[in-house]
Amino acid sequence: MTARLMVHQINAALNELMAEDERIYVIGEDVLDPYGGAFKVTKGLSTRFPQRVLTTPISEAVIVGAATGMALRGLRPVCEIMFGDFLGLAFDQILNHATKYPLMYAQNVPCPITIRTPMGGRRGYGPTHSQSLEKYFVGIPGLEVTALHRFQPVQPFYRRALLDGDGPSLIIENKMMYGQTPLAHLKDGYDDFQLRRHGRDVVEAELSLTGFAHEDLTLITYGGMSDLCLSAAKQALIDFEISANVIILGNLSPLPLDVLTAACERTGRVLVVEEGTRAWGVGSEIVAQLTPRLWSRLKAAPARVACEAPVLPNSQALENEFLPSVADILQQMRALVTA
Amino acid sequence: MDRTETFYRKLSLIRRFETHLLEQFSWGKLSGTTHTCIGQEANAVGLTAHMTGDDVVFSNHRCHGHYLALTDDVAGLLAELMGREQGVCHGWGGSQHLHRDGFYSNGIQGGIVANAVGAALAEKTKNSGAVTTVFLGDGTLGEGIVYEAMNLAALWALPVLFVIEHNGYAQSTPTAMQLAGEVAARPRAFGIETHCLASNDTDAVYAAATPLFDGLRSDGKPRCFVSFTYRLGPHSKGDDTRDPAEIEAKRADDPVLSYRRKLPEDVATRIDAANQQRLVEIVARLEQSAPAGSQHP
Ligand SMILES: Cc1ncc(C[n+]2csc(CCOP(=O)(O)OP(=O)(O)O)c2C)c(N)n1
Ligand SMILES: [Mg+2]
Repeated sequence: MTARLMVHQINAALNELMAEDERIYVIGEDVLDPYGGAFKVTKGLSTRFPQRVLTTPISEAVIVGAATGMALRGLRPVCEIMFGDFLGLAFDQILNHATKYPLMYAQNVPCPITIRTPMGGRRGYGPTHSQSLEKYFVGIPGLEVTALHRFQPVQPFYRRALLDGDGPSLIIENKMMYGQTPLAHLKDGYDDFQLRRHGRDVVEAELSLTGFAHEDLTLITYGGMSDLCLSAAKQALIDFEISANVIILGNLSPLPLDVLTAACERTGRVLVVEEGTRAWGVGSEIVAQLTPRLWSRLKAAPARVACEAPVLPNSQALENEFLPSVADILQQMRALVTA
Repeated sequence: MDRTETFYRKLSLIRRFETHLLEQFSWGKLSGTTHTCIGQEANAVGLTAHMTGDDVVFSNHRCHGHYLALTDDVAGLLAELMGREQGVCHGWGGSQHLHRDGFYSNGIQGGIVANAVGAALAEKTKNSGAVTTVFLGDGTLGEGIVYEAMNLAALWALPVLFVIEHNGYAQSTPTAMQLAGEVAARPRAFGIETHCLASNDTDAVYAAATPLFDGLRSDGKPRCFVSFTYRLGPHSKGDDTRDPAEIEAKRADDPVLSYRRKLPEDVATRIDAANQQRLVEIVARLEQSAPAGSQHP
């Protein structure tokens, strides 16, 4: 399979890593060939590694729970949770088991379990299959949470979680992104943007239309809102002469605070954009962590764009109406510069 | 030392340890909480006697007996409860969160059953020959993950021994108020070979577990052991709402006192005295020891 789209690259990365290290097991629902997972991420893996790809009953708690036991005893399991919405069923295993074992015994017990899951809407899957629930997980001590994006070199991203780390990690894969083309090959430009990457294996992408200088504000985003933020940045410059740099996060928890601080210091205006619901959101914490660091340079109170609907509607028209849009981002950008 | 003496040494040690804890709590010398296994020692001793160095154990809130019978680490456990640096988890884990070698305990009911199934899978892939044992109470049969885990263990033929210590209560709630159907019918519904025993005799537990461990080590398939037992002490410290007459009647079947009668009086007395002296020495040493440091984890 050629690695044409993001989904193919994730698949290729899993293939390579499984070939390299026999401790890696893939465990999840419907992951076997010919089906290859609900989003086809695991296609071909069970044919090549029949002993190490385990299809399970519909039992998210025991998927993560068994993987935790496997990790405690020397394996490196990767769980696929079919939809991120189903992570709730595994919450206790993440909170009170996988993340507790390395911490509560005060013995640095390794528990290298990776959980990958698709999040996000815009595919018309309705209220219980479209959510962005990472905010419920980023606050769990001992859990590393990362979000894949198109500027991110895919193989090192998975290698770090699957092979390098010794603790539990949660990988958020945006559903729309699976079908998009990777942009990791781009060195220093994308479309009209100049591009920089920060970090080593898990990277933050920073994009600017004005050469990383003279920007008015910084957009911070991740996952499914990334493309919308880039569109908004372009339109803001053309229509309103507002220039923005855009940070697309790879690391959600812990946050890459130095990268964020450096990007926001230049502008003094911060807008965090996320697809999940607003209250107690990822954006709330980003703002809380950044504000004291930026205090003397802030020109306006940091602002947030997030989903305002308490539940995501199924119909595409309604979904588009209620998910954060380019127009929502633009409106907040204008409010910030005129504040 | 023959087996009877070894078993009695462990039974009497666990009983003394747990009694000491309850005393210390009642005098306000220990803080936090604890769940002693007074009355259930036969399971700990009889089952761990089948275990070898590679075997894995997951245990629950009522884990001291399992831990002591397996590791004999009196000082590490007591120091842990006293919040000392020498504690097996340096004072971070406490009574319900112990780890040493292949032993893991967790104070959340049910979740460890899934972890045990995963551990068994890992040991199977390593061809280590290890058996993974998980201890759970009758009350914990109310947790859904137990059944997810049993299903997977049976489906994937994993070498796990589920030990259900059925003491008739979940904290304050009698079994009849929290459990429908039969206990043994649950594992059996998944095709898991299940053996029930209503005895507090360590030799009987040991004998009943022999075919289970033999089977686990030969075909690697899961087994379940349901032990009908009784908790003679409170659920945790002073929280007993059961009829005192009921508890008193059960004292006739005290697993430690009954087992003691299998030994000549002088041998039993010698074992009791040795255990007592060992505990006293450890207590004295730990009282002088440094409190847990804050550098962990
Ligand atoms: C998930 C969870 N719910 C509730 C508790 C509180 N709790 C601790 S022990 C216990 C009773 C457990 O009963 P059982 O499984 O029969 O074990 P026993 O105490 O009888 O040994 C309860 C309710 C807990 N520790 N974890
Ligand atoms: Mg009970």
